[in-house]
Amino acid sequence: MTERAPKACDSSVVLRVRDLRTHFFTNEGVVKAVDGVDFEIRRGEILGIVGESGSGKSVTGLSLMRLIASPPGRIVSGQIEFGGRDLVEASTTEMQDIRGRRISMIFQDPLTSLNPVLRIGYQVGEVFRYHLGLSRSKALHRAVDMLRATEIPSPDRRAQSYPYELSGGMRQRAMIAMALACEPELLIADEPTTALDVTVQAQVLELMKTICRERQTALLLIAHDMGVVAHMCDRVAVMYAGKIVEYTDVYTLFARPAHPYTAGLLRSLPRLGANLRRLASLEGQPPRLTRLPAGCAFAPRCPRAQDRCREVAPDLTRLDNGHQFRCHFPLENDKEPQA
Amino acid sequence: MHDTRTISRTDERPPDAAGSDDAVAETDQVLSPTRLAWKSFRRSKLGLVGSLMVLLLIVIAIGGEQFSPYDAYSMDSSVSLEPPSLAHPAGTDRFGRDQLTRLMEGTRISMLVSFVAVVLSLVIGIPLGLIAGYYGGLAGTVIMRGVDVVFAFPTILLALMLVATLGASLPNLILAIAVIFQANVVRIVRASVMSVKEREFVEAARAVGARDSVIMAQFILPNVLSPVIVQATFHLSLAIFIEAALSFLGLGTQPPTPSWGLMLNESRTFIEFAPWLTIFPGLAIIFAVLGFNLMGDALRDAFDPRLSQR
Amino acid sequence: MTPLLEVRNLHKYYPVGRNSQLKAVDDVSLSIQPGEVLGLVGESGCGKTTFGRVVLSLQPATSGEVVFDSIDVLSLQSKDLRRLRRRMQIVFQDPYSSFNPRMTIGAALSFPMKVQGMHRGNEEERAVELLNRVGLDGSVLNRYPHEFSGGQLQRIGIARALTLDSDFIVADEPVSALDVSIQSQVLNLFKDLQEEFNLTYLFISHDLGVVEFISDRVAVLYMGRLAEIAPTEDLFGDPRHPYTQSLLAAVLHPDPTLEKSKPSMAIEGEISTPIDPPPGCRFYGRCPKRMDICRVQDPPMVPIGPRHSAACWLHA
Repeated sequence: MTERAPKACDSSVVLRVRDLRTHFFTNEGVVKAVDGVDFEIRRGEILGIVGESGSGKSVTGLSLMRLIASPPGRIVSGQIEFGGRDLVEASTTEMQDIRGRRISMIFQDPLTSLNPVLRIGYQVGEVFRYHLGLSRSKALHRAVDMLRATEIPSPDRRAQSYPYELSGGMRQRAMIAMALACEPELLIADEPTTALDVTVQAQVLELMKTICRERQTALLLIAHDMGVVAHMCDRVAVMYAGKIVEYTDVYTLFARPAHPYTAGLLRSLPRLGANLRRLASLEGQPPRLTRLPAGCAFAPRCPRAQDRCREVAPDLTRLDNGHQFRCHFPLENDKEPQA
Repeated sequence: MHDTRTISRTDERPPDAAGSDDAVAETDQVLSPTRLAWKSFRRSKLGLVGSLMVLLLIVIAIGGEQFSPYDAYSMDSSVSLEPPSLAHPAGTDRFGRDQLTRLMEGTRISMLVSFVAVVLSLVIGIPLGLIAGYYGGLAGTVIMRGVDVVFAFPTILLALMLVATLGASLPNLILAIAVIFQANVVRIVRASVMSVKEREFVEAARAVGARDSVIMAQFILPNVLSPVIVQATFHLSLAIFIEAALSFLGLGTQPPTPSWGLMLNESRTFIEFAPWLTIFPGLAIIFAVLGFNLMGDALRDAFDPRLSQR
Repeated sequence: MTPLLEVRNLHKYYPVGRNSQLKAVDDVSLSIQPGEVLGLVGESGCGKTTFGRVVLSLQPATSGEVVFDSIDVLSLQSKDLRRLRRRMQIVFQDPYSSFNPRMTIGAALSFPMKVQGMHRGNEEERAVELLNRVGLDGSVLNRYPHEFSGGQLQRIGIARALTLDSDFIVADEPVSALDVSIQSQVLNLFKDLQEEFNLTYLFISHDLGVVEFISDRVAVLYMGRLAEIAPTEDLFGDPRHPYTQSLLAAVLHPDPTLEKSKPSMAIEGEISTPIDPPPGCRFYGRCPKRMDICRVQDPPMVPIGPRHSAACWLHA
C-alpha cells in the first residue's frame, strides 16, 4: 500500500478511515463486524454512524481507538489516518498517548465507565496528571473547571463526590468533562444518551453540541436513534452488516434517502402526530454475521431486491454532491451514478 | 441510579449473537444450555486430561483386582521391603504385600469415600439452600447460623473432632466429611437462589399462578446447579485429601485396609531405607486431587456465560 | 360502561434504611375500559413498572384498591388469585431474561396451560397455534430461548401471554430492548392482536412515539404521581401539565430541518428519587411555571376536558 501524504487542502480533515476491516475469529466462524468502511470527519463536524445490532457501529468506534479485544478480534486491514500517521500501525505507547488526549471516547453506561471507589474530581483530574503532567492540586483545579464547563451544579463540591452519588445525567457530564479535558481533536461517543431519560438526554446532547462547536472538536456520534441523529449530526453514515450502505449530509439522508434500508427504517418509525393505523415495518431480521448471504446483505429484507442483488454485492456509488450509497437499485432522486 | 434505564439492547451482545432469518438455528441439534456447556468443556485440553485421570481412577476403583496377580492383603515375608521391580512395580512393604495392588485397592476406598460424602452433602445441602434462599426468614436464619458454626472451624480440625467423637470408622468418616461439605453447598445454593428468584422468568412463572414448589423445582433448581456441580468436583478432590489426612492420623480407615493415608502412615518408620513406600501413596493422592481439580476448573469455565461461546 | 380495571388510591412504598420510604407509587387512581389501550408514560423513577406489577398482584400494595371486573384483586385468597391470573397476563421488557434458559419454548408455552389446567392434552397444539399467530413456525417448539433473536423471542413472549385466553395484558416496555427495525413489527403485532381479540392493554413505555401509536388514552406519571391523563390526541395535541409539555418538547424527531431550527428548550434539573419527597407538587423543582402554592400543597386532579385531567395548580 502506498502511503499518501496529507494534502494541504485536507488540513481540516481530522480523521480519515479507509477500507477498515475488523474481524472476530470465534468458535462459530469469522464475524466480519466491520467489513470495508470509509469515511472522514472534519474539525468541528458532527458525524453520525447509525445502525442496529450487528451493524458494526460500535466496533468501528472501538477500532478507531484500537480498543478491540485482541483475541478474538483484530483489525485485519485498512488505514486510520490521524495526525499524519496511520493508527492501525501505531504502537501501544503511541496509542496510550493519543487516547484521552487527542482522541477521547465516551460510552453508553457512565456507571461502568467510572471507577466507583475514586472521587469524580480525582478521576477527571487523572487526564491532566497523565497527559499534561500537572500536579494533583493543579489537576483538581482544572478538573473543577471542566465540571463547571459541563454544567454540573456546584462543581467544587461535586468533585468530592463518588460516582454512585451522582445521577446518570451528571455522571455522563463527568465523562464528557474527562473526555474533553485535554482538548482532543476528536471525541467518539458511543450511544452516550441511550441509557438516559428523555428530558436528561436533551440536556446532555445540547451540552455536547455546544461544547464541541466551541472547541472545534470533531464528534463521531454512534447511535441507533434517528431523532438523536437528526438533532445532532451534520453528516451521517448508515451501517448494515459491517458496511456503510449510505453516507451523506443529514438533510439529504432524511429527505431523499437512496438506500432502501435507510428509507425503510425512516418509514417504520412511529412519529408523533402521524396518526398511523399501522407502522410501515421492515420485514425480516438483521443478518447473522457468521452467515452473511452472497450479494447484498440487505437483499433478504429489501422490497426492491432483484436477482442481481442476491448474487453480486453492490459497490459504493459516489455522486458528485458527496452522497454515497451501496445499492444496485437505489431510490428515486439523487440516483444518477457517476460514470 | 434513578434516571438511568437498564436496557440490555440486543446490540450489547457479542457480534454474532442475535439476529438470523426466521429459520432460527444453524444446526439440527437441539442446543440446550447443557449441550453448550458440554461443548465448551470439551474444548479445554486440561479439562480433558483431568477427566481422563478421573476416569482411570474410577476404572481402577471398580475393577482393580482384575489387573493384578496379587492380593492386597496376602503377606509374604520372603519379599519384604523390596524396592520397585518388574515383579513389584511399586515395591513391597515390610509384610511383603505388593504395593501397587494395595494402591489400587486404596483407589476404591478414596473414590468411595469421596463420592458418597459429596453426594450426601448435596442431598443435605441443596434442599437446605433452596429453603434458605427462597424463603429466607426464620428458617433461613437458622440454617445460615448452622452453616456459620461449621465454617467457624478449620476443615481438617473439624473433621478430626467429628470422627474422634463418633468413633474412627469409614462410615463415620464419610458422614463427617459430608457434614462439613454441606455447609458450603448450602451457602452456594442459597446465594444462587437469591439471585435467580429475582429474575424475570421466575416472575413470569408466578404471573401464571404457579405454586412455590413448582417454581423451585422447575425454574430455580435447574438454574442454580452449575456452581454446585463445579463446587462438588472440588469437594471430591478435597474429600480424598481429608480421608488421606485422617487415615494418616489413625482416625480414618483402620489397618489392614489399604487406604492411601494409612499407607503413608505405615511408611513413616521406613522412610529412610524404603522411600518408595512413601512416594507412591503420595503420588496417588496428588494424581487424584489434580485430576478432580483440572476437571473442576474446566467445568467452571464451561459454565461461565461470559467465557463460553455465546 | 363498567371499567375492566379500576385502580383507586394505589400506594406502593418501599422502606429505605431505617426511617425513610421510597414512594414508588403514591396515590394513583385510574381506570381502563374493556378493549381500551391505556398508555402509561414516564421516565425512570416514575413508578410505571411498579404500578404494572402491583396491579397484577405480583407485588403487594401498601394500600389502595385494584378492582378487576368487579373483583377486589388485592384481597383475594391465593386460590382465587390463581384463578384470576388466567385473565391478566404480562409481557416483559427483556425477552432473554423473561424465559427460563433451561426450558424449551414448547415447555415454556405449555407451562401456563398445565398450571391452570387449561387445554389439557392439547397444549402442544395450542402452542403451535399461538406461535403461528405471532408469525413464527411451529417447528421451533424444542428450541431454547437463546437460539432466537430478540424480536422473535419477544413474539414468543406475546404468545405466552395469550396462552390462557386472558383479556387484560400488561405490556412493560415490550419494545424498548429491540432493534428499531424490529420494533415496528412487534408494535404492529400488538395492535393486530388487540383488535382481533378485543384485548385490553396497560402499555408501559418511556417512548412517546410508541405510546401515541398504540394507545387510546395516555397517563403520564412523574415521581409516583399521576401528572396528566387524557385521550391520546388530547394529550399530545393539547398537553396541560408542564411536565407533559417538557416531555413532549424534549422528544427528538427524525427530521433534521425541524430539529435544528428548534430553540433549545431543555428543562433544567434532574429527576430526584422519590424518597421522602417534600410536600407539594413533585415537579416543583423543575417546573418553569411554578407558583408558591405548588411548593406547599399537592395539586388535585383537575378536569380539563372530556376524560382529560391534569394535576396542576395552574388549572385549578
